[in-house]
Amino acid sequence: MTIVGRFEIEARQYLDVQGRALQTLPESAREPELLVSLYRQMVLARAFDQKMLALQRTGQLGTFASGLGKEAIDIGVTSAMRAEDSLLITYRETVAQLARGVSMLEILLYWGGDERGSNYAVPRTDFPVCITIASHCCHAVGAAYAMKLRRQPRVAVCMIGDGASSKGEFYEALNGAGTWQLPVVFVVTNNQWAISVPRKVQSAAQTLAQKAIAAGIPGIQVDGNDLVAVRQVALEAIERARAGGGATLIEAVSYRLADHTTADDASRYRDADEVAAAWQREPIGRLRNYLLGIEAWSKSDEEALLRRCADQVQEATQAYLDHPAPAPAQMFDQLYASLPAALAPQRRQALAKGTADAAGHAG
Amino acid sequence: MPQVTLVEAVNLALARAMADDAEVLVLGQDVGTDGGVFRATVGLLERFGPERVIDTPLAEQLITGMTIGMAAEGLKPVAEIQFSGFGYVCIDQILNHAGRMRHRTQGRISCPMVMRTPCGAGIHPPEHHSESPEAMFAHIPGIRVVYPSSPRRAYGLLLAAIQDPDPVVFLEPTRLYRLFKEEVEDDAKPLALDTCFTLREGTDITLVTWGAMVHETLQVASRLEQEGLFAEVIDVATLRPLDMDTILASVAKTGRCVVVTEAPRSGSFAAEIAANLAEHGLLSLFAPVTRVASYDVVVPLSRLEAAYMPGTERILDAVRKCLAFG
Ligand SMILES: Cc1ncc(C[n+]2csc(CCOP(=O)(O)OP(=O)(O)O)c2C)c(N)n1
Repeated sequence: MTIVGRFEIEARQYLDVQGRALQTLPESAREPELLVSLYRQMVLARAFDQKMLALQRTGQLGTFASGLGKEAIDIGVTSAMRAEDSLLITYRETVAQLARGVSMLEILLYWGGDERGSNYAVPRTDFPVCITIASHCCHAVGAAYAMKLRRQPRVAVCMIGDGASSKGEFYEALNGAGTWQLPVVFVVTNNQWAISVPRKVQSAAQTLAQKAIAAGIPGIQVDGNDLVAVRQVALEAIERARAGGGATLIEAVSYRLADHTTADDASRYRDADEVAAAWQREPIGRLRNYLLGIEAWSKSDEEALLRRCADQVQEATQAYLDHPAPAPAQMFDQLYASLPAALAPQRRQALAKGTADAAGHAG
Repeated sequence: MPQVTLVEAVNLALARAMADDAEVLVLGQDVGTDGGVFRATVGLLERFGPERVIDTPLAEQLITGMTIGMAAEGLKPVAEIQFSGFGYVCIDQILNHAGRMRHRTQGRISCPMVMRTPCGAGIHPPEHHSESPEAMFAHIPGIRVVYPSSPRRAYGLLLAAIQDPDPVVFLEPTRLYRLFKEEVEDDAKPLALDTCFTLREGTDITLVTWGAMVHETLQVASRLEQEGLFAEVIDVATLRPLDMDTILASVAKTGRCVVVTEAPRSGSFAAEIAANLAEHGLLSLFAPVTRVASYDVVVPLSRLEAAYMPGTERILDAVRKCLAFG
């Protein structure tokens, strides 16, 4: 017998569940001020997430998918990116959007049913939220191809869930990224559930990271509740991609602490014990404990932060509630670069209130 | 001026667009060394190199999806789907992403891409190589669907499609790829999109069609002329957005209309045109608008191909009934 290939998958963790360092922290986590600022982002994002759930429950927001429990993944990954990189996300990456500079108002507008929320004022090259699972993996490959072709030192970062890693487009994208050695990093949030389907029903593979192997790119698993580990692994992958070293697949192991969306009731398919156990591993408390331990954070810092977060979230909410609805012309005005003649009668009809259904010719 | 076939005109347009704009690139299965299975991309690899003439893995969703990603980054990619029968998986990407990117990002990100694919029956191929998907694509908001019917229009419309800031699905009639030649000047001049082409003027009846059926329809018009009947022949060329004004104006003149398509009849794009004529042209009509289409069956293998597609006899028959009405 001849063995023609052998592979292993590394798992990375720096902080244990109590927030104690398991080993010397990497260079990227040595600055307490930096960790504190990332911690602040995580706390703010969670406050915003909770507000969005509350708004949805009171009928002031549409269906919303909470990012509760994945703050370390989103902040760890985005803090490893540069402004000029591009982020491609799904509906669960609100925390990452905030960190990239999408405003709370924009995020609220989007989930409140207003397309203007995707016209980001800041991360202009970040892609809009992708709802069809895994289709944006292929967009990331195309974006990365463009970056490489133009010799830009930029990286495309594509985030998906564990369910998405079962889709053909995910495999097609990984394969393409490997073929052309593209500057793209795929981050799979393995939150153990795809709506009601558990991770073990998605795949018989021991890890999701090993899916990289067939594509000829490195795959690595990381504790997704450990901000230090996620950030370090993401930095290595993103900087390697930037330097021409090609793509990476990161599996970040975490747990979805909330329902799938506001339209879901997770108690139908999973045990309260499992959720309670997952709360013991969650990322924000873990990093707080670490920071308290090294005396970079205090109880009064925490109280002041929570107050500031509440104010900021409240301010954004008010701006959202005060935002005027888009005009009906908005349906037409950005559909094409300029309005096709065939659509002009339909646009006129949409603007004229109370007219009979007499729209013009085909569009 | 060189006499070229339709597929050579496609090649000429691709080479011209790539030479004039470094942001244009082509990608797809076998487009590089092989020059595409129909040779539409032949010679491009040698001229423009493997970074811009990209042989992809065999993965249609990747091809379409990455084309969207490239276009979102501002490149002007032209993807080739080898046969439209394998392009149905791409409809998801075109519908859910390409067609809506500009709208949902309020113009921040657009998709100046082209997806080219040969389609239509009549070349005696294996299964899934003869499809007519135009109505499915033409139903999608935010995109253009272009279907040239001659070498000259293939050249000009493809240049226009590549320059267009919005996504274009460019359907190429496989049957016409090498059926005839036409003089095509490689003048870098695009033809107008969103507009029908009136190929023959006439007063007795309007024949509306697109793609490969333009060929048979023109033959029918010549036959009618020998009998002293003058048919106006309209090549729709851009199915979405549809230039209904040209068709309505023609029917206002002739009072009769036959729409010819080689797609299955039900829910075909011919139905869209007929419905528009019923809504907006009823008072010009002396006869019901008639559709000549293929049957609502699976495209048969080669032995029944001719029976399936609407040839000149079926078109003529419908035209005579339409002329005799009323
Ligand atoms: C192509 C596609 N199929 C189905 C759905 C419906 N759907 C929305 S979320 C979801 C589960 C996704 O699970 P996962 O990828 O693990 O991400 P998570 O929601 O857990 O973050 C499904 C099936 C969809 N949006 N897109």
